[in-house]
Amino acid sequence: MATTQILIAGFGGQGVLFTGKCIAYKGLDEGKQLSWLPSYGPEMRGGTANCSVIISDTPVGSPIVSTPDVLTAMNLPSLDKYEDATVKGGKIFVDSTLIDRKVKRTDVDAYYIPATKLANDAGFPNLANMIMMGKMIKEAKMVSMDGMKEALSHVISAKRAEMLEINLKAIEIGYNYEG
Amino acid sequence: MAEKVLMKGNEAIAEAAIRAGCMHYFGYPITPQTEIAAYMAKRMPKIGGVFLQAESEIAAINMVYGVAGTGLRVMTSSSSPGVSLKGEGISYLAGSDLPALIVNVQRGGPGLGGIQPSQSDYFQATRGGGHGDYHLIVMAPASVQEMADMTAKCFDLSDKYRVPAMILADGTLGQMMEPVVLPEPTDYKPNKPWAVTGTECKRKHNIINSLYLKPEQLEQTNFERYERYKAIEENEPLWEEFMMEDAEVCVAAFGIAARVSKNAIMAARAEGIKVGMIRPITLWPFPKKPFKAAADKCKAFISVELSMGQMIEDVQLATECKRPVTLCNRTGGMIPSPEEVLEAIKKAAGGNK
Repeated sequence: MATTQILIAGFGGQGVLFTGKCIAYKGLDEGKQLSWLPSYGPEMRGGTANCSVIISDTPVGSPIVSTPDVLTAMNLPSLDKYEDATVKGGKIFVDSTLIDRKVKRTDVDAYYIPATKLANDAGFPNLANMIMMGKMIKEAKMVSMDGMKEALSHVISAKRAEMLEINLKAIEIGYNYEG
Repeated sequence: MAEKVLMKGNEAIAEAAIRAGCMHYFGYPITPQTEIAAYMAKRMPKIGGVFLQAESEIAAINMVYGVAGTGLRVMTSSSSPGVSLKGEGISYLAGSDLPALIVNVQRGGPGLGGIQPSQSDYFQATRGGGHGDYHLIVMAPASVQEMADMTAKCFDLSDKYRVPAMILADGTLGQMMEPVVLPEPTDYKPNKPWAVTGTECKRKHNIINSLYLKPEQLEQTNFERYERYKAIEENEPLWEEFMMEDAEVCVAAFGIAARVSKNAIMAARAEGIKVGMIRPITLWPFPKKPFKAAADKCKAFISVELSMGQMIEDVQLATECKRPVTLCNRTGGMIPSPEEVLEAIKKAAGGNK
């Protein structure tokens, strides 16, 4: 795929911007063209937050993702808002712990990951976002898993090195999740 | 090649300014440019520079005036309503022939407006913004890389012509991250014989001032300044031409609007429509030459803007109204979609057959 337009959406505090950042850094390490654009409106404070990431082999035009190839919804309002905008043949990733409905579209691939539950069970309740990211990478292949640790080291400061392993583990849980 | 790093546009401006030898930053926080101030607050104390959060935008621009008078590189940044507050100080900088960098990461207006991206300060930036006969050098980046490169360029041009420079960006460019190769740090040594640096009793003292009570003298000063503006208009216009070789329709867009327009142009080309774009990189001086040339080849122009239509007037002037210029716009913090621009291109391509 030459260009993947990704939209990651959820509540403020779920780490949707951070997830996008991790993907962006992985793309950077792989020598891809990319852009990362956060929502920065008042909706960030407690409401919905989202982030547009484009990973491409060619220069990125508009950084705004209005019709995602890949949608990751981490709460119901996000799925409600962006499901219809997803391109035909696109992929929608749903945190099925927090969203109790199925994807209505029949012309997209839907993946249901109980990421919040998996994260709680694994003992890192804040990392549902990383579990979602693992599954996204597995299915959408916009970046590869090789060298993920190095990519994470750009985003997680050396002072919090212990978080690096935990984040990597969460990504692997998502990557290996079959459900 | 130097290492590529991921940075927000706002951060790239801040780091590039430091690398260009700017050791003084004065500002006041406002969305969506606050990262510039935050970056400066973190970095400046570590490198012996000055970061000062002033009590207001008006205070900040006057602090800029003070440092600029000493010949050092200095900047401030804000977003639309904050830049209006700086207007008086910017006019004083221009009237005193002081080089400085002002960054405007625009948001929707008028008034307090909103916090989403906009380009509706085009008139304010390109026509001066404050009172009196003056211009700023205005550059419009369209990527994080350009945010970094233009910061250095603005300092150089501002010093060269003794004209304040402005980077006119918007909330999207300020907030987005892209890979960027930062410019190499320069060892900036001011060479400004006019600066007020202390005479050491060895020379006549310099005066930095914009007050001329004799109209003959003020007129003469303005004439002299306009000679420099003329040189800037001759030497410094910058633009990018995108797929213009065989274009029958010409899109005019800068900054984020140009990014969106590129998507639309690619989509239109895929449908066989011969469309290209002239992207002004300097908004003042406006790149009149390519538009004038395009007016002889293209049958229609479209100005794509995040405003009610401001640059469109410069496109009409530059093309001498030889061809129709239509407007494709959103405002108030909204951004035209590639589909909306494509629709405008189709209309322009079909309308004049």
